[in-house]
Amino acid sequence: MTPDTSLTDPSTRSMEASMATETRHMFLNIGPSHPAMHGIIKIIAELDGEKIVKSDVEIGYLHRAFEKMSEQGPYNNVLPYSDRLNYVSPLINNFGYCYAVEQLMGITATERCQYIRMIMSEISRISDHLTCIGASAMELGAFTVFLYMIKAREWLWELVEDVCGARLTISYGRVGGVKADLPVGFADKTRNVLEETRKVLLECDSLLTRNRIFLDRMQGTGVISADEALAYGITGPFLRGSGVGYDVRKAQPYFAYDRVKFDVPTGKHGDNYDRYLVRLEEIEQAMRIIEQGLDQIPAGPIQVDFEGKPLPAAVMVDEAKEGFTAGFHEKEVQPDPTLGGSTKRFHAGINAPEKRAVLPAKEDTYGNIEGLMHHFKLVMMGHGIRPPKGEIYAAVEGANGELGFYVVSDGGDRPYRVRVRPPCFAIMSALPLLIDGSMLADLVPTFGSVNMIGGELDR
Amino acid sequence: MAQSSSLSELVRTTFPQWVIATHAYGGNDTVVLKREGLIEAMRFLRDDSRSAFNVLMDLSCVDYLKFGRTPASRPSITTPSPLPYFMTPKPNAQVWERGVGPEYRFEVVYHLYSVQRNHRLRIKVPLTEADPAIDSVTTVWSAANWLEREVWDMFGVRFNGHPNLKRILMYESFQGHALRKDYPAYKRQPLIGPLN
Repeated sequence: MTPDTSLTDPSTRSMEASMATETRHMFLNIGPSHPAMHGIIKIIAELDGEKIVKSDVEIGYLHRAFEKMSEQGPYNNVLPYSDRLNYVSPLINNFGYCYAVEQLMGITATERCQYIRMIMSEISRISDHLTCIGASAMELGAFTVFLYMIKAREWLWELVEDVCGARLTISYGRVGGVKADLPVGFADKTRNVLEETRKVLLECDSLLTRNRIFLDRMQGTGVISADEALAYGITGPFLRGSGVGYDVRKAQPYFAYDRVKFDVPTGKHGDNYDRYLVRLEEIEQAMRIIEQGLDQIPAGPIQVDFEGKPLPAAVMVDEAKEGFTAGFHEKEVQPDPTLGGSTKRFHAGINAPEKRAVLPAKEDTYGNIEGLMHHFKLVMMGHGIRPPKGEIYAAVEGANGELGFYVVSDGGDRPYRVRVRPPCFAIMSALPLLIDGSMLADLVPTFGSVNMIGGELDR
Repeated sequence: MAQSSSLSELVRTTFPQWVIATHAYGGNDTVVLKREGLIEAMRFLRDDSRSAFNVLMDLSCVDYLKFGRTPASRPSITTPSPLPYFMTPKPNAQVWERGVGPEYRFEVVYHLYSVQRNHRLRIKVPLTEADPAIDSVTTVWSAANWLEREVWDMFGVRFNGHPNLKRILMYESFQGHALRKDYPAYKRQPLIGPLN
């Protein structure tokens, strides 16, 4: 039998060999609109088979000019925009901005207001972490966990709705205070919700934490060392997963965080699994903070019965127009339902005694000339809140990390410059480092643990 | 804050030739630096054990073109009435100074944080309108990469030595720099569709 010459012949062999080993890298555009990308973002991945060789991240698809628009109106007009930064935990953005402007003006919020802000921030943090874990679990196939966690988030958002009348775009903070006091029965309802949420977490914990598939996908993927994370400016649960226990709430306490006990959980390996565990523990710690806050919060207004029925605000306005203003000082007004808890009885408890920044109670606006003038001095164009010339950087712990507001004032009634330090911007800039060299499928859990929020990334 | 003022003193004694001014308005310790000494000062601040600023928290820019000259910063637009007593600044209030004159239109602002020492420092570098360029600090902190791209995108400040200085939030064919004070807020530009 004649041997097959094609194998021994050098010319044909080299050709065949080159045909067999010729590989080309493939470029894959993931996004901007893709079910596994939360929000709109584009990852251009250079693939060698299923391995990501090199990647490039493109952002900016949700840019809505937050910083430019903030310069266009009075100080309190920034609040609705700030709701739309991190739209999963908008309350933290609200309070972070108010905190920055208050520092610029030298205002300290009242004790009760500090506690309200702390409690509401932690409720937001829980809902943010629930969304993050739930969504990334869903992308790994655990749809049940997603449904359970969204169910728990719904209860928390109902609490938020009770307090400020909206679930997502809440605009609850005000410079110098909050919009309205907590509703009646808030503490009991919150405790019940936390208890129910604990049950949900227990279920999800038993579904995920020792689940073989989940472990294989999460452990050892998306690893970042502590030094690299710090060099990229990463903060929050992402940094704590790498073992650095930096938390603004502990390091530079604001609101009432120095008066409650809580731990800052840290991971060891800096992989997706550790970040998942850190988030899970942070939910528990946030519940601890809320419970202590509810125990410690200074009492609200004493619930005494006013004489007669509270007057609807519109009736009060009409009577004032007619000149029937006798006894208006003592009257109580029943404003629009969404403004419940912002009337005179609650006003002093939740707002700093600062006429420079805080609107008077509705009774005073309608009922006496000083209140009316004060109101107009704050809402007329060219008047309003006017911090002195200066600049301030104030940071709060957002759900994704340090959320900083750098506000510059030129003495006018609108901010000269509002810069927000978005926590997930830093994490996204490190994303190529996390995914380069890993399998394409590992992109999904890694990207899930980044918890990218388009609103705050692109502003 | 005693600790903060010692920080700006540290910078001042180490680089007396580059420090223009220091202040601690609202407790935020600030050093205004000349741009020539930026990289050396930043390296020093990162590596020296007294400062140990291992995190570049934020890098942004402010355009001082209309500072104090916006209609809003006048007491009133339509009514000549003076401010009520409770809105006028208190006489003992801390006074903030920019440190440089209006010929420096831009100011690049660095917010540094040290995890070990738990302190913050703000570095500001004033730039003129004619030559808005500054050395990139990407070699000191990797975080500067995207942040400097954003400042370039929004303010048109060039960063010498940046590995990939292109727009990040806006699209490539966008004209102008949106956060400059002379860019109108409601100006419209056509959105450019995909090339193919």
